[in-house]
Amino acid sequence: MRALFILLEKEFRQIFRDPAILRMMFMMPAIQLLIMPLAADYEVKNVKICIVDYDHSSYSQKLVNKITATDYFRLVDYTDSYDKALTYVEHDEADLVLQIPSSFEKDLIREDEAPLFLAINAINGVKANLGGAYLRSIIGDFNREVRLEWLQLPRQNTQPTIEIESINWFNPLMNYRFFMVPGILVILVTMVGAFLSALNIVKEKEIGTIEQINVTPIRKYQFILGKLIPFWVLGFVILTIGLLISWVAYGIIPVGSFVTIYVFAGVYLLSVLGLGLLVSTFANTQQQAMLLSFFMMMIFILLGGLYTSIDSMPMWAQTFTKFNPVTYFIEVMRMVVLKGSSLYDIRFHLLKVLIFGVVFNSLAIWNYRKRS
Amino acid sequence: MKVVSVKNIEKIFKVGKSTVTALRDISFEIEAGELFGLIGPDGSGKTTLFRILTTLMLADKGTASVDGFDVVNDYKQIRKRVGYMPGRFSLYQDLTVEENLSFFATLFNTSIEENYDLIKDIYVQIEKFKTRKAGALSGGMKQKLALSCALIHRPSVLFLDEPTTGVDAVSRKEFWDLLRNLQQQKITILVSTPYMDEASLCDRVALIQDGKILDIDSPKGITKKFNHPLWSAQADNMFKLLTDLKSLVEVNSCYPFGQEHHVTFKDVRESVNDMQARLHKLGHTSIKFKKIEAGIEDCFMDLMKG
Repeated sequence: MRALFILLEKEFRQIFRDPAILRMMFMMPAIQLLIMPLAADYEVKNVKICIVDYDHSSYSQKLVNKITATDYFRLVDYTDSYDKALTYVEHDEADLVLQIPSSFEKDLIREDEAPLFLAINAINGVKANLGGAYLRSIIGDFNREVRLEWLQLPRQNTQPTIEIESINWFNPLMNYRFFMVPGILVILVTMVGAFLSALNIVKEKEIGTIEQINVTPIRKYQFILGKLIPFWVLGFVILTIGLLISWVAYGIIPVGSFVTIYVFAGVYLLSVLGLGLLVSTFANTQQQAMLLSFFMMMIFILLGGLYTSIDSMPMWAQTFTKFNPVTYFIEVMRMVVLKGSSLYDIRFHLLKVLIFGVVFNSLAIWNYRKRS
Repeated sequence: MKVVSVKNIEKIFKVGKSTVTALRDISFEIEAGELFGLIGPDGSGKTTLFRILTTLMLADKGTASVDGFDVVNDYKQIRKRVGYMPGRFSLYQDLTVEENLSFFATLFNTSIEENYDLIKDIYVQIEKFKTRKAGALSGGMKQKLALSCALIHRPSVLFLDEPTTGVDAVSRKEFWDLLRNLQQQKITILVSTPYMDEASLCDRVALIQDGKILDIDSPKGITKKFNHPLWSAQADNMFKLLTDLKSLVEVNSCYPFGQEHHVTFKDVRESVNDMQARLHKLGHTSIKFKKIEAGIEDCFMDLMKG
């Protein structure tokens, strides 16, 4: 017990003597939480559109007005050459090209039907999809208006129609920040935990201090615990700072209880730190450790459900996310912050992350060799 | 009683596809209370042997015991009773002198106060820097701190891997004086060094080269085995003298030793006057030959050749 205590004391001393780590601990959550949510915006605004109008009729005018009146679209050019419009796409100056054929008004009136052509720049998939969808709905609206104009619809629909009203549960205003900030906070806690713990043991290997530790009678588990606990505490500090920032900057107050968040975070940190320790038992230099943990973190984060919805991933990726601890914490954070889930609601998440923790840490202890 | 006993130890490292034999069939024994020197150039296998004896590495073949305990089966016991000072300074540079010392004391379940008498002589020299970070100490101070840390749990055997490498001459002498004092505290010391001049300070030495032990004896015993006359040679142009001596058929060996060259002749009856005459013909001036006693280094060079 005394050995563990002195190991902890030593570890904390070293952390507090390293100004870089301390600065990082406060700067990283602050900068990431203040900047990332502003940039990682799901709402697509300012879709650049180029309209090729061969018709120049009053209807085409109306349509163009309707499109440019919304703040979703920014008109790049209003031209009568499709080739010119395509060069905008080539130079990435336009995301969408809407072509109105020359007989648009004529066909609309005479044939009750007129085609429109829509070309989408699909390099940015999200923008292309959403922009295309917005435009289709605007055109659909326009279509209805035209019909209204021509035939006074009777007060009651002669044919049955379905009206859809929707309500956004848990995030009524669909504020994406409520959704992103807890997720980014998870990433922060994960990165700090995994990187710091991975680099720490490797640093001892590099400097050679581990040699001196290895000839002492201290036990493996004491050594590993001596590394684990300080970063566990640091993880909580980061989480607390992060929660404070999201309250001050975004007014996010978890609907659920803080106890739930901290209990889950405690178990979660155990598994992330275990992963970091496992990496450090494999790596011999800090570069190796950094690369290896960065590689894993990239995969965990990209397939963690923060930026892309897991439900829309292919089956194999969805299977992978079941083995990704980051996924569970992001889900739990969103559940607790937005929905107010309780410990009972997240019991399965808790259990799975606990299993990860036990597995990673056992592997780390097993693979840590006091002799070669 | 044999405190350290090494029997037929062999260690092979794999480097890519090729293998490097670091230790070949090494055997020796160290008596209790001995100051035993392991003398050999860089890469001769000294550190590997230390790591095996301090239970940090497993040998491929052979057995070894330290203080009566087997290095493989009873490694836990050994770790409690040996002090190890690696060749590279491996204490925490961002902790102070005092913090390092109390850290290692606590890991061995003891305290600075409990064993202060043992380290007193060493520690008083660095005590005035006790609030300074270990990384900010000078080379000699670092070695003294490392020795204090290796001693703080009163080990029965002390392993010092090249403790004087990179340390100035004055500090080196001080360090050996400290080791002599420790010996009186009934601590067995195994020390390795690449410096031949330090060999004479040990009770017994093992000369090691390419993972093989060339000879084990007291420093006097080793030099006594040097059985042919040894001459030191000097002339005005020392570099030319070296190449000329080496090219002469009558010369058995010639090595530069600081200000002079140490020479042995093939024929023990060879006269110095004949030699001087030959060198004179080659254009050398102020040629001086002097008969000298062989040192450890001469013996080492000789053994290496054989």
